[in-house]
Amino acid sequence: MASENRPLSPHLQVYRPQLTSVLSIMHRGTGIALSAGTLLLVWWLVAAASGGDAYVDVKAFWGSWIGRLLLLGWSFALFYHLCNGLRHLFWDAGKGFDLDAAYRNGWLVVGAAIVLTVVAWVWGYSSMGAL
Amino acid sequence: MSLRSPLGKVRGLGSAKEGVAHWWAQRMTAVALVPLVIWFVASVCAMVGSDIGAVREWIGTPLVSILLVLFVIATFHHAQLGLQVVLEDYVHTEWLKIASIALVKFAAIALAVAAIFSIVKIALR
Repeated sequence: MASENRPLSPHLQVYRPQLTSVLSIMHRGTGIALSAGTLLLVWWLVAAASGGDAYVDVKAFWGSWIGRLLLLGWSFALFYHLCNGLRHLFWDAGKGFDLDAAYRNGWLVVGAAIVLTVVAWVWGYSSMGAL
Repeated sequence: MSLRSPLGKVRGLGSAKEGVAHWWAQRMTAVALVPLVIWFVASVCAMVGSDIGAVREWIGTPLVSILLVLFVIATFHHAQLGLQVVLEDYVHTEWLKIASIALVKFAAIALAVAAIFSIVKIALR
């Protein structure tokens, strides 16, 4: 459909990364990661419905170091996508758009996502009786 | 002088006003997911280390089953809308774009059905 040699707009790599552009790309990246993570959510629910051995496998996977590492990544991705999604909804309402505000609420989103991730993990480990 | 196309004149219709349907659905599922995600994550944090009996009992509680089904529907609808936009942006070979978007949509439906069936099975046992 498109011809091969049409002029392109300046490519992504020529720009120095800025907070705003990095957070924007992270929103996409975390969205894709979370979509992949739904496989594990479905696995957990199907195993709970199947019972016995199937659930033992899921629990063993979550307990393994690779399972915990994936969970850590996904929990941060979820909190980041949630907080930055709220930032997007404010933008959709026409709020927080000017450059100063975009930087301020950008750092706020990063801070909130980190704090929420730590809170969730401390809560999880204390539910397990490990703290 | 009218700027309408001959076809437009014959039909006599304006815009169907469906141009923002995809964008709007993405936002509405996002709004629905805010409380649902917070509830789900908090519940899972409180259940870490629980055995299968406790987990099933939780999933089978009527209010929890209902919220879980809503969470699953909103999650997969939101995910496939988002992945569609990503594929539309980056996949420029027409057949591959259509095939990958179709695959994402089929997968979202299959996974959502598997999740909902599991929730209902636990709730009705």
